[in-house]
Amino acid sequence: MIRLAHWINAVALLVLLMSGLQIFNAHPALYWGDRSTFDAPALSITAEAGADGASRGIVQVGPLRLDATGVLGLSKTAGVETERAFPSWATLPANQDLATGRRWHYLFAWAFVLNGLVYLLYGIGTGQLRRRLIPDGDQIRDIGGSVREHMRLRFPEGEEAKRYNVLQKLTYLVVVLLLLPVMVLAGLAMSPGMDAAWPWLTTLFGGRQSARSVHFIAANLLVLFVIVHVLLVLVSGFWNNMRGMVTGWFSLGTVRP
Amino acid sequence: MALLTPRRRFLATSLGLVSAAALGGCDRFAGTDAGRRTLRLGEDANRFAQRLLLSPAALAREFPDSAISPWFKPNGTIDPPDQDYRALAGAKFTAYRLAVDGLVERPLSLGLSDLRALPARTQTTRHDCVEGWSCIGRWTGAPLSEILTRAGLKPQARYVVFHCADTMEYAGGLDGARLQPETPDHVRHIQLAAAGSDDWGGGEPEAQEPDRRTPIRYYESIDLVDALHPQTILAYDLNGSPLPVGNGAPLRLRVERQLGYKMAKYVMRIEVVDALTGIGGGLGGYWEDRGYEWYAGI
Repeated sequence: MIRLAHWINAVALLVLLMSGLQIFNAHPALYWGDRSTFDAPALSITAEAGADGASRGIVQVGPLRLDATGVLGLSKTAGVETERAFPSWATLPANQDLATGRRWHYLFAWAFVLNGLVYLLYGIGTGQLRRRLIPDGDQIRDIGGSVREHMRLRFPEGEEAKRYNVLQKLTYLVVVLLLLPVMVLAGLAMSPGMDAAWPWLTTLFGGRQSARSVHFIAANLLVLFVIVHVLLVLVSGFWNNMRGMVTGWFSLGTVRP
Repeated sequence: MALLTPRRRFLATSLGLVSAAALGGCDRFAGTDAGRRTLRLGEDANRFAQRLLLSPAALAREFPDSAISPWFKPNGTIDPPDQDYRALAGAKFTAYRLAVDGLVERPLSLGLSDLRALPARTQTTRHDCVEGWSCIGRWTGAPLSEILTRAGLKPQARYVVFHCADTMEYAGGLDGARLQPETPDHVRHIQLAAAGSDDWGGGEPEAQEPDRRTPIRYYESIDLVDALHPQTILAYDLNGSPLPVGNGAPLRLRVERQLGYKMAKYVMRIEVVDALTGIGGGLGGYWEDRGYEWYAGI
């Protein structure tokens, strides 16, 4: 059940990310508060003419400006240089199409939320969530040792590899119980209908534009998590991990001396 | 890392091919009828969930005047190219009449002074664009329910359709005549807004060859739940002054619990109908016929 939920989740999050970037491209600027302060965005990804007259892709975060031509702000779509915040290979649909992007986003938002609820109910009901994700006493005491081992890319072996290590547990807890729920709630807080039904939710995020920014920042943190997660799956024994994640059969191998 | 045995290499290659095909296939899937139908399920779920959570009388948030945006971004059409409209605007809309017809007991024709004589409602609300930005403005207008009560709804009445003055494109698929809200205008717009200008250009006026093509003017629709909502008004003032042309003069709709594109500008005629099938492409609005949700509460 948990393995199935994991893979449904992976697909849903990929679609949500790519369609989300499509939606962001329709107005590639973020603000704080209730309304947009168009002349002073907190972040914007635009194209503008450089000193030589050629267009440049510019990412602006507060006072910081970064030239990201080729990827952000200005990139090639089917060989043609196009002004768009995120490049066509990262968005769903590939071309600029807000309407279809929104359709993908809401369909998979429902898939993500329903899958997440099944996972949480099952995980709490069977006690698996507590057993797998709450660090055990001995793990908490040796948290420094776990950090040192991770820095050397050495991972638990033998019997110890049967449970998640302490850093893994804490990270998964933050993602499952904080980052993903914040994603959903910040998304809902942007909805004018939800704002009328649950005004406290938009207030919680400090306004609709703040909620949009939080949604974007949390999405970035999730991408960061997935990158580290996939890298660690790769370096800690890709095939054994994949077999475990797909079939549930995980080899403890032979403990090296 | 483990060795790449032939079986594993096969697995890895297949996985790569499947994911590449899946991503390319998404766009092709969205282009088919079955794909479009599947993608629309999300809208149905959104509407079902929000209608469950929203009581018909739940009000959209209202703000203090201190929260009003210094500049209310005009979007979509900002200067209708239509000659009839330009003539009305040139005479400060003195000759403007709002038609109310369709499934009503008493069709009406109302001038601006008639509308201003109706009970008025003023509300400072947040306008949420489908593109993602928000502006706050203080709107004054006549509640749509007041107008519909005076006209008298027939029992078959289900939807209220708004017919507008602004031409969006010409029938027959003229390339480039469509004004897309998702064109990179916002880029120019963000820069121009800094200079305090509201002339950021929506699209090119098409006034040159007026009569040889059939214009498609903006249209929108809402159901009676939203039509009779206390905050659903036909606004003639923005921030205490008559509505500027860029924001929909002389009359625009406010449906505060939905997104901006539902709030038709340049409203000329209100038609009460029992079904949306006969309106435009049949999906209830100009943008709805081009892929956007009819229920725009999210």
